[in-house]
Amino acid sequence: MAAMVTRPFFWIITLVVAAFILFPALGDDVQLRESLALATIYITLASSLNLMLGYAGYINFGSIVFFGLGGYICVWLVDAHHWPLLASLLAAGIGVGALAFIFGLGILRLRGPFFALSTIGIVEGVQAFVQNFEPWGGSAGIYISPEVFTPLGGPGRALWVIYFGLVATMGLSLYLSYGIKISKFGLGLLAIGQNEDAAAILGVPTPRYKAYVYSASAVLPAVAGGLYFFKSAFIQPSDAFDLSLSTEALVVAMLGGQGTVTGVAIGAYLYEELRGYLLVSGTFSHFQLVISGVLLLLIVLFFPSGLMGFIYSRFPRTQKVLE
Amino acid sequence: MTAILELEHVGKRFGGLQAVHDLSFVLGEGEILGLIGPNGAGKSTLFNLINGVYTPETGKIFFRGADITGEKPFLIARRGLARTHQIVQPLMNMTVEGNCTVGACFGRENLPLKAARDTAREAAVFVGLEDRLQTLALHLTIAGKKRLELARALAARPTLLLLDEVLAGLNPTEVEHMIGIIRRIRERGVTILIIEHLMQAIMSLSDRIVVLNYGEKLAEGLPGEVAQNPQVIEAYLGDPKLAAALQGSA
Repeated sequence: MAAMVTRPFFWIITLVVAAFILFPALGDDVQLRESLALATIYITLASSLNLMLGYAGYINFGSIVFFGLGGYICVWLVDAHHWPLLASLLAAGIGVGALAFIFGLGILRLRGPFFALSTIGIVEGVQAFVQNFEPWGGSAGIYISPEVFTPLGGPGRALWVIYFGLVATMGLSLYLSYGIKISKFGLGLLAIGQNEDAAAILGVPTPRYKAYVYSASAVLPAVAGGLYFFKSAFIQPSDAFDLSLSTEALVVAMLGGQGTVTGVAIGAYLYEELRGYLLVSGTFSHFQLVISGVLLLLIVLFFPSGLMGFIYSRFPRTQKVLE
Repeated sequence: MTAILELEHVGKRFGGLQAVHDLSFVLGEGEILGLIGPNGAGKSTLFNLINGVYTPETGKIFFRGADITGEKPFLIARRGLARTHQIVQPLMNMTVEGNCTVGACFGRENLPLKAARDTAREAAVFVGLEDRLQTLALHLTIAGKKRLELARALAARPTLLLLDEVLAGLNPTEVEHMIGIIRRIRERGVTILIIEHLMQAIMSLSDRIVVLNYGEKLAEGLPGEVAQNPQVIEAYLGDPKLAAALQGSA
């Protein structure tokens, strides 16, 4: 952490976070706030996914399970146990992180396509469990009464509080990505991503590192999920464990440049803007996922290192500043 | 001389193939022990058994007095045992410096990142990669990648180094250079176990030689003795050129 604050990139992240807070807050612009709120969620999901995909080289199709479980834990604690929001969010983050660590020790023995498939299995398994778990409302889900917004100063102010919470989560996910990238842990992960057997022979404690990073990639999506579903005041299994959001997070990470912090964040932002445009335009409103599919194909074929790969090769000097 | 590595009746089978059978030998501290044998004799398998990639089915392996049989490769690396691969395994999209930093960070000294980078640079300079520090590993020539293997292993500051055919595929000048490097590594007090097919090189480098054939120890002794051993010559006779080389270098 101490090493991080002396670097320019730390301050770039800080500036971005400040901009996310100031622009909508100063103008009291609700529309901008809602658009940026979605962007913070995409950035959090994609940056966290990037820890697995871009650093350790493991493709996780099921990153959405963290988002959904976090949502459920938070909504359930607020609704059934009347916990305050902050405590519920912390519980969601810690609980899902611990669960991911345990899952990780098991499924991270698998590699490549086998690991990727098992991550889909986890989503299906968790969804089936939640659908039959009565305390969480089974397939009907959980509705929370608007009264829970009262401690936050009523629904109007609560939306702002939730938005600042989302921005803070996004900021943490960017600092975490950057902090890991410049650490010894990050170097070990990059080595695993390049050649896991060689990394182990060089002394990288591969099983432990993989479980740590899988767990680290779970915490902030869980918090974001908690905020998102608290805001909707409603959660049900089909929304919470929607595989298409997982796929979109992969598209975003690859669009921006897996393994980079900046690229993934920019990719997430651009993708969210594009998605917003497609959803409201009359012609394309049902084609949003088709577009992301085509986009993924084009990236894999022509720009395997994504937006940042392109920027780095055109402007090599940016490599020194933009991680 | 104290023993740094001891193998006691080590054996490993792959399905119907007995890759290594009842193999015992002792490697003394500071020694260079050459491991030779025809193709498929079990030399690389033996390396994989020593550094934990495979677990032996029978027997025990001791490194500096501790039983390391069946221990995971990363724990063995941490104990100060480093190796190179016959088929080079660089971390392709990382620089030479990055590759060596991984070795230094997670090797015997378990260095923090900053100190590791200095050790890494030193190791790269030692093998003659000083002007390639910022080159990605995938852009190196085969000779460069072989040197990188060695630099990365050295950056871990090992007490025992396993070298798996570091001379294969190099031209005569590069071989000369590499032999010089190996000699200088030994001068630093590192014990070396080396597999090599270049007979002249291994006969002149090694203090002692162990000959493997079909996974068993065929002979052990000083290079001169081994080269005169009729059984060894016979093992190589399927390959007359090698047999001639063996006798020529004695």
